[in-house]
Order: sequence, then C-alpha cells, then structure tokens
Amino acid sequence: MPSLKSLRTRIASVTATRKITKAQQMVAVSKLRRAQAANDAARPYAQKMKAVISGMASGLKGNPGGPKLLAGNGKDDKYLLVVCTADRGLCGGFNSNIVRFARAQIEELKAQGKKVEILCVGRKGRDQLKRHYADLIVDTIEFTAVRQLGFANADEIGKKLLAWFDEGKFDVATLIYARFKSVMTQLPTALRLIPAAIEETDAKTGQVYEYEPDESEVLAELLPRNISVQIFSALLENVAGEFGAKMTAMDGATRNAGEMINKLTLLYNRTRQGKITSELIEIISGAEAL
Amino acid sequence: MADKIAFDLVSPEQLLLSAEADMVTIPGSEGDMGVMAGHTAVITVLRPGVVTVAGGKEVQRFFVLGGFAEVTQTKLTVLAEEAIAANDLEAHITAVTESLAKATTDSEKSVRQAKLDMLTKLRAHA
Repeated sequence: MPSLKSLRTRIASVTATRKITKAQQMVAVSKLRRAQAANDAARPYAQKMKAVISGMASGLKGNPGGPKLLAGNGKDDKYLLVVCTADRGLCGGFNSNIVRFARAQIEELKAQGKKVEILCVGRKGRDQLKRHYADLIVDTIEFTAVRQLGFANADEIGKKLLAWFDEGKFDVATLIYARFKSVMTQLPTALRLIPAAIEETDAKTGQVYEYEPDESEVLAELLPRNISVQIFSALLENVAGEFGAKMTAMDGATRNAGEMINKLTLLYNRTRQGKITSELIEIISGAEAL
Repeated sequence: MADKIAFDLVSPEQLLLSAEADMVTIPGSEGDMGVMAGHTAVITVLRPGVVTVAGGKEVQRFFVLGGFAEVTQTKLTVLAEEAIAANDLEAHITAVTESLAKATTDSEKSVRQAKLDMLTKLRAHA
C-alpha cells in the first residue's frame, strides 16, 4: 500500500504532465491550422505548374533527345532517396511511419542491386535511419531554426539535387514524405522527382500555345523549378501532417493522464479513509478495554 | 470597350492577386508584353521586371523576380518565383540588406547579395 504522501506527489506530477500535453495539443491545433492555410495558399501555383508541364511533356514524350530531367540520363543504378520527416518528436508514429516506409524502399532497391544514398530532411528521420544506414546518409537538412517554412527552404534542396544530378552523383531521385490525408492519417508516399513523374493528361485540352522563347527553352526553365515546387508542397504537407499527428497523440496523452489522475485520486481517498477507519477502531477498542 | 481579362498572380507561397483587368503588362523574356482579352495563347518565361495591372480604379504594380506566364484568350496567369507589391519594395530591400549583414557563410552572403542587386536594379526601373 503506497503511503499517502507518495500518492499525493504522484497525483501532482501527473497533473503537471497533463497540463503540458494539453498545452502541446493546443499549440499543435493552431500550428496545424496555419500549416493547412499555407498548404492551401501554395496549391494554385503547384497545380498550374503541373498542368503546364504535363501539357508540354506529353508532346515531348516519344522524343529521346528530350531534357534529362524529364527523360532521365539513361541509367538507373544510383538512387537517391530524399526522406522528409519532422524535426521534433512527440507526434505519435508520424516519423516512425515515414522511416519504416523508407526502409522498405531501401531494402527493395538494395535487393535489386542498386546503389542507394539518402538525403535526410528533418532531424528525427536522420536519427532513426542512422542506426541502420549510417553509411548511406550523404547529407542532412534541418529546419529547426526556421519558424515558417518558405519556398526558399525548398529551393535550397532543389538546387542541391540539381547540382548533384549534373555531377552524376545519382540517376534517379525519389522524394519520400507523408501525404496529409486527414488529421488522423498521414500516408507515407514516394514521389519520383528525377526523372520527373508526369501524369498523362487524359483529355487533350485543345489549347495550343505559342512558346516564348521556344518550347524546349521554356521546358528547360520550368523543369528545375518544378522540382523545388514539388519539394515545397511535400514539405508543407509534411508539416501539416506532423502537427496533425502531434495533435492526435497529445490528445490521447491528455486523456490518459486524466484517467490516471482519477484512478490515483480514488486510491488516495480510499487509503485515507482506510487509515481513518483503522484509527477509529483502535480508539474504540481501546476505550472498550477500559 | 473590350472584354476584361481574368488575371491571377501567384507565387509559390500564395495567391497574391486575382482580379479582372483591362490590360496587364508582363516582362516577357523577349520583351514586355501587353496582354488584353483575346490574346493568342502563349506560355512565356519572365525576366525580372514589373507587372502592371491596368483596370479597375487604379493601376497596380508588382515586381517579379522571374517566373513564367500562361496566357489564354480569357485568362492570364503569372507564376512568379517571387512577387512584391510596388509599395513593399523599399521594405523588402531593407530586410534583405539586414539579412546580408547577418549572413555568416559565403554561400549565404552571395545569395543575398545577388538578391539585393536584383532588387536595387528593379528600383531603378520604377
């Protein structure tokens, strides 16, 4: 039977924990709202970009002399996985899910005899991947100091990828991130960046464009930018997902703490009453003996 | 009076302006273009310059740092890499100058210096 004093301290400590998780949850809710707004704001640009590129790319599809970013450099031996996770923990299985997904991809590629390298975006992913694949990680990018994710952050990664691609450090680049399905569910997804995965436009829009300066130059201008745009929208989805997961996790933690407080309070009161009863019995039996 | 053209100005981070305009002048890579309703469908690369939106009560001006534009008969969409409203340019320059002073690594410095140069050049055009 725990002593009354130790029960009291435990109740106090669990109450403090509940306060913290509650605050974390509320912070996550407001950050999630901001992240979703940023997501919505970024969508028109990304959609337009996609539409224009897929429209142009379908025309260039059969052309083997097309730009390398679209057609690839003819090899697929060296793979680069860009694994995007969060910088912070306390968000349930969010980071682990992405890492597990990434690990499955890595093993699959390795089984096919490909050379795999990893670029980690986000501290938590690096921490987890380091255990198994420390030798494969080529670089890590963290946004711990960044308050609001800007396009410049994504552009930096995009430029880095392009430089590496030009140097021939990799043949195929894949982006792994969590797609924001809802507050409860985030789906780890792989998106091929280089060569660009272009969705076929099923219906010809019928719109014939003139290009200025000319088609290939416009495309050469757009494709590198498209990579940054795709990274940017993936990062934004990741941020929204992180806070969604954090909200859910912290909500659960707050509820668990509440339950624990109730249980402990019950135990505390029972112990206290038991003690009073036994004291009374002692007094009464002492009085009877006289 | 000809029909108005629907104009959207979007940057990667947000939709800056969505309006009906009589004419929009954009800095195409081959020279400035004035776009009105009924323009031929064109996709053009933009150089850093000024986008002028005429129509409504007053003329609005934006500085864009590159990007591209899609023109159709009824709609003009400018996808700017970065767009700044004319009134905010000064504030922007100050901010970049400050960040340049704070930059620690060489690569950071060169990126910010390049941006500052571009912005000051744009200001000279205004």
